[in-house]
Parts: sequence; structure tokens; C-alpha cells
Amino acid sequence: MALAKPQGGFVIFISFIVALILMIMPLPEWAEAARPQWLIMVVIYWCIALPDRIGVIIAWMTGLVLDVATGSLLGQNAMAFGIVAFLAIKLHLRIRLFPLWQQALSILILIALYQIITLWVKGFTGQSAQSWSYWLASLTSMLLWPFVFTLLRGVRRFYRVR
Amino acid sequence: MVVDHRQHHVETLRSAISVLIYPIQYLVNLPVAVGQWMGESVSTRENLLEENERLRMQHLLFKAQLQKLAALQVENIRLRELLQSSRKVGENVLIAELLAVDLDPFSRQIVINKGSTDNVYLGQPVLDAEGIMGQIIHLGPFSSTAMLITDPNHAIPVHVNRNGLRAIAMGTGTPDVLEIPYMTNSADIVEGDLLTSSGLDGRFPRDYPVARVTQVAKNPTQPYATVVAEPVALLERSREVLLVWPSDKLAQPSTTTPMSDAATDSKPAAETTSTQISDTAAAKPGSETASTPPIPPADTLAPPQPESAAEANPAPEPNEGQ
Repeated sequence: MALAKPQGGFVIFISFIVALILMIMPLPEWAEAARPQWLIMVVIYWCIALPDRIGVIIAWMTGLVLDVATGSLLGQNAMAFGIVAFLAIKLHLRIRLFPLWQQALSILILIALYQIITLWVKGFTGQSAQSWSYWLASLTSMLLWPFVFTLLRGVRRFYRVR
Repeated sequence: MVVDHRQHHVETLRSAISVLIYPIQYLVNLPVAVGQWMGESVSTRENLLEENERLRMQHLLFKAQLQKLAALQVENIRLRELLQSSRKVGENVLIAELLAVDLDPFSRQIVINKGSTDNVYLGQPVLDAEGIMGQIIHLGPFSSTAMLITDPNHAIPVHVNRNGLRAIAMGTGTPDVLEIPYMTNSADIVEGDLLTSSGLDGRFPRDYPVARVTQVAKNPTQPYATVVAEPVALLERSREVLLVWPSDKLAQPSTTTPMSDAATDSKPAAETTSTQISDTAAAKPGSETASTPPIPPADTLAPPQPESAAEANPAPEPNEGQ
């Protein structure tokens, strides 16, 4: 089992940082609602690719950092990230085998779930979004998933992250 | 999550994580800052001269007005002394810069590059050159988050500058739209009225411009008129903001329960209400009060007293029932 020794944790960390930067990068007003959910996509990717390394705990911590970065209620994204990561790990064998477009559909469902959880928490705290544009983020994330997946797979193979 | 929402014990955790995030925010802000710097350094001599000329004229104008202000201020203090009231005039300010980072697009918040190391405190008023922008809700050592007055969770007590009619301006979540609820149909408020902060919350300094009324729809079949106002501060455009230390905070600017020392002197009737608010605010620790500025008690509101007090309270804190 010498091959199974984990390596490339640094690459995973960098991918999270880059995704976080993309999450808080200024966008024009009209594009703001449609901002792809980069961070959750990266988390889902690593959950699918390395379910024994990246799990619910790391997803939860990532969500916590996102909470602070976006000024939302502390724990709101963390909880949603945890639940989505749990599902992604549950389904990782299945999602891995899907063709890319079918993967994108499952990602749509996962990210929509993430958005539903956040919307639910926001509703509790009295700051629910009023427009349908809230859901655009799921769609843009779905459309970008093939690129994210291919890119991260390339990175993972190049740096032999396992 | 519930703990964060209700008690704010985890504010320290948030502030710790914000230190980790600050480099990332700085990095994201960098291209914008560099772009601005480049724009400044390569602008032509003509442009600079023109701008210089314009600024010089403006400076002269302001200075002339300031001369008058100084005289008025002294006169005001003297008159107040005659009235035995101890309100102090004048505040300390600090200029902070916005970090060009995006937050949750559905709440109205901004990140600024000053934090607790600069003696910023929770609930501190944030202004720009035109008027009140919002208040600090999360505090980190080097950066802090401010809630704008247009955030749906924000409300600010105001009065009509023309006649002193008291009201509350509530955020709607839509940029540049504030709502003035509980205005009776007979209330004397018209389009174009300037709303200034009334200072009754004990948090925002008094008499700073907040918004201008854009629409008054009086419907006889409804108990209240629909009044909509537009903030005078350039909420979506300002790059520099002013942090204000009200004069009674100067003694201990970094206090975390900022209103406990406000309004302790003997002051006219209006001031006693702000003392009451201070007490309730001091009872709830941390930024519970920061995200939801206290609504003034019933007697500070316009005519419809009983209903408005009953209904105004749940509005900014809709979560209390959960």
C-alpha cells in the first residue's frame, strides 16, 4: 500500500484558495447573481476524486471560511457544504462513471440543493432573496462543470494528487 | 449557526478567520487598486491641472462655508449652555477604503480596510461625503464588514429635515431604495424632503443626511401612506468611506458595547429615550444590536403610536420568533 500514501495536499489547498478568490472577485452588477459557485464545485470534485481524503469535515471548514469571506451567517455555508459533500461522497462511485454532461446534471442537483439549504437558512434569518435570479448560480455552475472537472482532473494527474 | 444568530459568542471565531482571509481579500483587491494607481499616474498633465483647478475652487468654497460654520458652532454651544444642555458638537472621523470584494449578492454589505487595530468598534456609523452609508457589523483586526442602510435587516431612525417629523427608514434589499413605514396619510411629508438621522438610536450621529423622499403615495383606503426614499450617500459608488466616532465615544473609542456610555449627561427629553435604548443595547452583548439597530420607542415615532411600536419591533428582527 505504499502507493496509497497521500500526497499533493498542497495542490488541493491551492485549488480551494483559487476558488475562494473567484468567489469574492468583483463582478459587474448584472452578473453577480449568476456567479458560479466555484468553491462548492471544487469541493465536490475532490469529494468525488478522493473521497478518502476530502470529506465532510474539510467541506465544513471550507464552508466556514466562505461564510466569513462573504459575510453571511457563520455556519450557513458550512452546513450546506457538509451536506453536499456527504451526498457527493455517497454517490461518488456513480458520478465518476457518468459521461460529462450527465455529471453536470448531477452537479446541478447538488448545487441546487446547496442553494436550497442556504435559502432556507436565509429565510429563517429574514433575508431571503426575492428574485428568481438566485437560481442562476446553479445553472452557470452546471454549464461550467465540464471545464472545472477537466481542469482539476488534469491538475490532479499532473501533480499526482492522491 | 443558531449560536451566531442569537448570541454572537462566535464573533471571535469569525474575527480569527477573517485574519486568514484578509490576504485573499487583499489579493482580490490588488488588480483594482493597481488599476486605479495606474490610471492616476498616467493621466495627462492637462487633466491634472484641470482637476487641481476644480478642487482648488471647491476648497475655497468649502473654506468660506467653514468659516461661517465655526462661528455658528460656537454660537450653538453658547446657546446650548444657556439652555443647560450638554450636547457636544463635533465628531472624529477616519477615512477607510472599500476592498473590492463581492459579498453575498442578496444582502447589502461592504468590506473596508480598517479593523479593530484602528479602534473601529461594532455598530460604528459609516458615512461617505454625501450622507450616512451604514454601520459596522463584523469586526476583524485589519478589516471589517459594514451593513448598508439599504440592507433588508437595517433600519435607521430619521426625521424630516423640514419639520422634524420622526420616522424610521428601513432597507429593502434593493439598491437605492429605502422604505418609510408607518407614515399616516395625514403626515406632513412630501416628495423631495430630506431625511436626516435623528440620533435617537444613540448610534448614528445626529443631523447627517440619510435619504431624500422620492415617492409619497397616500391611499385613503390604507391606514398608512407608502413612502419611498432614496439614500443620498452613493452606496454603490463610493470608494472611500468615513468612520465616525461620535463625540461621546471619544473617551473610549474601542469599546465593544458602544452605547453604554452614551447619553449619561443630563439632556433634554429626547435624550432620555436614547438612554433607554442604551440600556437594552448593553444588555444584549456583541453585535446583536449591531445588525439590528434599536428601533426608537413608541413616543419617538410619528402619530400612529401604539400600532407602529408594536409592528415596528418585529420588522428588523424577524427571527426572534423562531
